[in-house]
Amino acid sequence: MNQPVLELKNLKKHFISSNGVFSRNKTTVKAVDGIDLTVNSGETVGLVGESGCGKTTVGRTVLKLYEPTSGSIIFDGEEITNFSPRQMKPVRSKLQMIFQDPYSSLNPRHTIGSIIASSYEIHGIHPEGGVKKAVQNLLDRVGLNPEHINRFPHEFSGGQRQRIGIARALALRPKLIIADEPVSALDVSIQAQVVNLLDDLQKEMGLSYLFIAHDLSVVQHISDRVIVMYLGKIMEEAKTSQLFLNPRHPYTKALLSAVPIPDPEIERNRERIVLSGDLPSPANPPSGCVFSTRCWKATEKCHQIAPPLVEISIGSKVACHFPEGN
Amino acid sequence: MSAHNYLEVKKLNVSFPTEDGLVAATSDLTFSLARGETLAIVGESGSGKSVSSLAIMGLHNRARTNISGEVILNLPTGSLELLSSSEDTVRDLRGKEMAMIFQDPMSSLHPYFSVGAQIAEAWLLHNKGNKSDGLKRAIEMLELVGIPLPVERVHDFPHQFSGGMRQRVMIAMALVNNPSLLIADEPTTALDVTVQAQILKLLRDMQKEFNMAIILITHDLGVVAEFADRVNVMYAGKNVEEAPVHDLYYKPAHPYTLGLLRSIPRVDQIDTHRLQTIPGQPPSLINLPMGCAFAPRCPYKELVPNNLCTTKNPELSNFADNHLTRCHLTHDQIESVR
Repeated sequence: MNQPVLELKNLKKHFISSNGVFSRNKTTVKAVDGIDLTVNSGETVGLVGESGCGKTTVGRTVLKLYEPTSGSIIFDGEEITNFSPRQMKPVRSKLQMIFQDPYSSLNPRHTIGSIIASSYEIHGIHPEGGVKKAVQNLLDRVGLNPEHINRFPHEFSGGQRQRIGIARALALRPKLIIADEPVSALDVSIQAQVVNLLDDLQKEMGLSYLFIAHDLSVVQHISDRVIVMYLGKIMEEAKTSQLFLNPRHPYTKALLSAVPIPDPEIERNRERIVLSGDLPSPANPPSGCVFSTRCWKATEKCHQIAPPLVEISIGSKVACHFPEGN
Repeated sequence: MSAHNYLEVKKLNVSFPTEDGLVAATSDLTFSLARGETLAIVGESGSGKSVSSLAIMGLHNRARTNISGEVILNLPTGSLELLSSSEDTVRDLRGKEMAMIFQDPMSSLHPYFSVGAQIAEAWLLHNKGNKSDGLKRAIEMLELVGIPLPVERVHDFPHQFSGGMRQRVMIAMALVNNPSLLIADEPTTALDVTVQAQILKLLRDMQKEFNMAIILITHDLGVVAEFADRVNVMYAGKNVEEAPVHDLYYKPAHPYTLGLLRSIPRVDQIDTHRLQTIPGQPPSLINLPMGCAFAPRCPYKELVPNNLCTTKNPELSNFADNHLTRCHLTHDQIESVR
């Protein structure tokens, strides 16, 4: 059970952009700046943070859609950091992705049958009973009518399209699915249906998920462990119940207190931390702790020395000089 | 509610003729709102919440929209019905008496003009003065909404601001003429939660300062719990429930509201059970089902005799004091399924 499917060690992804055609100045955006992360078999790890924190870049770098700048990616016991696209092809059958926008991630000119079947074609796999049968089984499994195999994406609603995206990701029986904001484009009543589907599929097929999202309430529900990112770095990592009930990093605490609770009595009487300012630019991060510019506990030490991510109790890590509570 | 209401919407119907048929975006919408009060309109995409607010503001395309009902503003000078008023009359009110902010602050600001010029324009349209008076007013507004260094930043362009700062600029522009009614259409949906908290706080402060009536359009039941006084839940173009915020969360009276409240996970509780869901999906607004639009997804329709739910559309009726619902279930039946 506790075999790691994915291990990231000191992974970095820096983007270099020049400031204009004739400029010699280059800006380095440290989108992901040295993170360690493990996803065990059958586990769901939630990766949360605000826009620009690097969570999507982590997902894309793991899939090698971006070349990592440094560090290592170990998938299923194999170091894939420097794999060529040709070497990656067989790996990708075990490592799939679900995208946020169910409208732009399905080719509008292909039937959903051919969209799902293309996974088999690309990898030269001949499923038992034929491709059509396999696709129909998948559609049935994700809660769509198998007779709709010849329909086009525009004939489906957003929630149904997300189910098609899930069916496509499942076709090759992957070990790990990277789900990048899979439910944030969906309406509340549809969101719950898709979250339950992901839960069921995990139990049935022993899948692992790296669940990337900004919606903390959905992450709370689906994750076993949660990692909080801020400006390319991990601020805190803990079991879900630990992180939500007893956050140790000030940023986690502020983030949780900013999420409105759908309960007027509790919502209006709770203590709220309103952070001032915006996320600093990742091209020009603050010195020392990256959160120090918005942290109410920051001291001179915080502005100068970046705190390392250290284990403060079993399975719980925090990168802060002055962690909250205990 | 009584005569002190600032805005009264009565039996508002909005529909669009399309190639595929008539889209009934909003039907039979009735509500009212006093100054200083916040009404949240909650619903999923396509439930008609944005269309209704555009119709109230007179921003719908008059040539391509069928619209009926009444939208009444009770101004100090007397009542005015907007739908039958001339476009000039509505244009004079828009931006002065009533203003609107939108979800995406980047696409609602003009990229070629400085934010100061855009705020000044909104002021100059309704006030006598020259450009420098307008700019002075813009600086005051930027300061009020919490933009640091307003004197310098008034000359900056929208792309030089972050998402949260742009929304502050939008709010400054909307409030520059001290309107009595503000319609906020998903004002924080595009923002991160920590920034959302800042913007909601700003809106609350501004409401106190100007004694505004606010219509908050959102799909986020957390934001509603935090911000609204009363809530109007919409489904498939109709308001299915209206109640004070406490009653809606603790004594919901419509099966759709009940389903919504049960299907959202929360950050303050660790849950390991499956989420409850509302089966199926919202109906097409072109082919609304016979009877209640929610009936195909409603788990309680069997409780009502004679297939009433799938044959007859329920009327909006009193469930309790100030609490309306559009459902065939009896009061006791609702209490028993809650």
